[in-house]
Amino acid sequence: MFDTLQDRLSEVFKNLRGKSRLSEADIDATAREIRLALLEADVNLAVVKDFIANLKARALGADVHKALNPSQQIIKIVNDELVEILGGEARPLRFAKRPPTVIMLAGLQGSGKTTLAGKLGLWLKGQGHSPLLVAADLQRPNAVNQLQVVGERAGVHVFAPEPGNGVGDPVQVARTSILHAMSKLYDVVIVDTAGRLGIDAELMQQAADIRGAVNPTEVLFVVDAMIGQDAVNTARAFEDGVGFDGVVLTKLDGDARGGAALSIAKVIGKPIMFASNGEGLTDFDAFHPDRMASRILGMGDVLTLIEQAEKTFDAEQTQKAAEKLLGGRGEFGLDDFLQQMQAVRRMGPLSKILGMMPGMGQMKDQINNIDEREIDRLEAIIKSMTPAERANPKMLDGSRRTRIAKGSGTTVTDVNSLVNRFFEARKMMQSLGGQMGGAGMPGLPGARRQPPRQAPKPKGRGKGVSGNPAKRASSPEALPAAAQQPEWNPADAFGLGKSGQASDADLAKALGDFQLPPDLQKMFDQKNQGPR
Amino acid sequence: MDLLQLLIIGILGLAVVVAGTVFLARRRALPPATKPELPARPTAEPTAPPAEPGETPASELPAVPALERPEAPATRMARLRRRLAGSNNPLARGLLSILSSDRLDAEAWDDFEATLITSDLGVGPTQQLTEALRHELAIDGVSDQALARQILRTELLKLVDPDLDRELKVDGADGKPGVVLVVGVNGTGKTTTIGKIARVLVAENKTVVLGAADTFRAAAADQLQTWGDRVGVPTVRGPEGGDPAAVAYQAVQRGLDDGADVVVVDTAGRLHTKTGLMDELGKIKRVIEKLAPVTEVLLLIDATTGQNGLIQARVFADVVQITGIVLSKLDGSAKGGIVVQVQRELGVPVKLIGLGEGVDDLVPFEAEAFVDALLSE
Repeated sequence: MFDTLQDRLSEVFKNLRGKSRLSEADIDATAREIRLALLEADVNLAVVKDFIANLKARALGADVHKALNPSQQIIKIVNDELVEILGGEARPLRFAKRPPTVIMLAGLQGSGKTTLAGKLGLWLKGQGHSPLLVAADLQRPNAVNQLQVVGERAGVHVFAPEPGNGVGDPVQVARTSILHAMSKLYDVVIVDTAGRLGIDAELMQQAADIRGAVNPTEVLFVVDAMIGQDAVNTARAFEDGVGFDGVVLTKLDGDARGGAALSIAKVIGKPIMFASNGEGLTDFDAFHPDRMASRILGMGDVLTLIEQAEKTFDAEQTQKAAEKLLGGRGEFGLDDFLQQMQAVRRMGPLSKILGMMPGMGQMKDQINNIDEREIDRLEAIIKSMTPAERANPKMLDGSRRTRIAKGSGTTVTDVNSLVNRFFEARKMMQSLGGQMGGAGMPGLPGARRQPPRQAPKPKGRGKGVSGNPAKRASSPEALPAAAQQPEWNPADAFGLGKSGQASDADLAKALGDFQLPPDLQKMFDQKNQGPR
Repeated sequence: MDLLQLLIIGILGLAVVVAGTVFLARRRALPPATKPELPARPTAEPTAPPAEPGETPASELPAVPALERPEAPATRMARLRRRLAGSNNPLARGLLSILSSDRLDAEAWDDFEATLITSDLGVGPTQQLTEALRHELAIDGVSDQALARQILRTELLKLVDPDLDRELKVDGADGKPGVVLVVGVNGTGKTTTIGKIARVLVAENKTVVLGAADTFRAAAADQLQTWGDRVGVPTVRGPEGGDPAAVAYQAVQRGLDDGADVVVVDTAGRLHTKTGLMDELGKIKRVIEKLAPVTEVLLLIDATTGQNGLIQARVFADVVQITGIVLSKLDGSAKGGIVVQVQRELGVPVKLIGLGEGVDDLVPFEAEAFVDALLSE
């Protein structure tokens, strides 16, 4: 149902392959797909129309890069445009010349203002400020309590003279909070206001009054990344009613594409300053326009994948497993496999992770069909083996297999298939590892220990080349994304960078060029034809 | 660098093994795959013997002194119409003015489509509706506004599907209470909605127990308790950061002990992408079902939610088999069009809609009233 732009464009470009430049009709066809993709990412319709018009002009215009193939051209243009709009005029938080700096949070109900107040407090505290949280949400039951608890967790003081639950005047609270902050020498005041709807004139007036009372240095509009077409109406209502200086995008840890960010940035012209991506108080970060661009387009988000991997994988363990695998002596056992599998699962649903891999777009349907419970079953089977069996699956004879099947509540067929698949996969992974080791990634540990028979093969063996148009689409996207972040070096982040001097561009290129091995494609195809 | 390669290799390997086994599992006759979960576990759990004094005339308990008296359901509908008419009129006006213009050219249809898309209806349903209308109007050649509206109404109604069963299942069997589990992503208004549901149930003279199984968010249990206290409904709560499944279990146990009619369990908001949290949710449901079957699983969807709502619904449906949708915050400028898609794809009906922060702003969803309200001027 939700095809990514990548899928859509590959569909369009299937017919375009071989053409050296785009005709007007081609661009129209592409524009339609991009329009749909943006709409499905919840980008506002008016913004989409504008965007497409711009896009057409640019695609037909003179600045088309002649060196790129058509799909690369288009995606590059789209991506550039998106980054440009999103990246607008990024700026750091402003501080008042004379403290206290007052930051006021406003937004719809449930957009995450109270939680954000805590995050912001902790963040500012980390920067050596002494923030004060002000409970001016006296509407929602126990919002004051919530802020108090959040403040306690963040180790930030909370000013809450009123009990809330409909009692008290938020404007008065806000006003006295400033005096309180001055007398107690807090240098930043964060005012948490009640959630309100854009069309609620009374509450908007109240927000404006709060603003008037505290004269904030920054008014931040807090908006949920999941918001749909209404984002623009809401943002405009807040802009007109209260006025804001920056936007904070919350709940980015979900899989909403966050087109709203684009709409707001474009229509209101206010910068997106922060992104909040988790429930922990530290899950809070500056906003990355380039990542947001790929996200809106539904591109395989490699950087996010790497980041997540970095969080969940134990680098040492993984390296050991890799050396075993690439050693090619059959040392890579089921226990290593289990470890990897568990680490991958910790990163989220398998289907989603696979979806994030560039080049997997084409197999979206199959990927979506993967049943997570099947993986539980695999885990059960492996866990029913003895350590010796896991280390050396070759020793599994008939009676051992029967025992394992009994122990894991599966059948011998299941066990057999797992073991066979494992051997197959191991072989494939070894050759793939060799392949990648040869493909411009020096410093691969264990590569030198490779037996000669696994010398790097040229990429794209056989007719595999044509098999994957999605991969073509992904490569130019990855390039600019990586190039714009020179300070971000995955190798450093993993602490494994000593041997690998490859730059981000190489990485992106490698990923872009990354080709699914034909075996795997066959596997998916086969499965696809299976009886349903 | 190394790690990345490994990751790719690892994931690929995983994919191969998984895809392989899944394929094999499918190819084998279905029986083993669809093995029911229950038989393995003889319900050894002390399923509290149905000791509750059978048909306790507990309904004579309106001894709720000096408590707020919730509004009767009937008057709610009138307000729904008013609210919807107030908030959504631009949609109706836009659609009708386009339809009643003299010439329906491609541009007009584009505008029409655009209007629908801005209500988060989604590209698919929008195109379908537009196609249908185009077809209808091509046959009749309508320039008459009344007729155009009639046709639009019929098509919209088809889209919302009035035939689904939208009754809230709050009656338990065998003297056990009905259990309502409320789930959703963060900030959709679960706790508030539960407070409102509790009021509706109390207004229907049912005895209610609330379970504050949101042990994660700061002060969530307090918030629920505040709602409960207003209508004199007990709230079962656990320590902050405790096991939500345990709290849910205790709440249902309390419901059984007290012979309550309904137990409503609040859960912490969770993004559907968090595997661990979704597992936790599955556990909450499983644990409750050791005591009493869950009669209703309500998914909260915020009216402002865009296309992500469908993905959310899919994942939640997978984990806890949602049986109904509550569309909250419909009093804003957002139209909540996403539920149409959710309803179509998952076959789960919208059962309730939330219309604001007022304590009685929760009304049952009625397809016809909804569409009428959309088209009223």
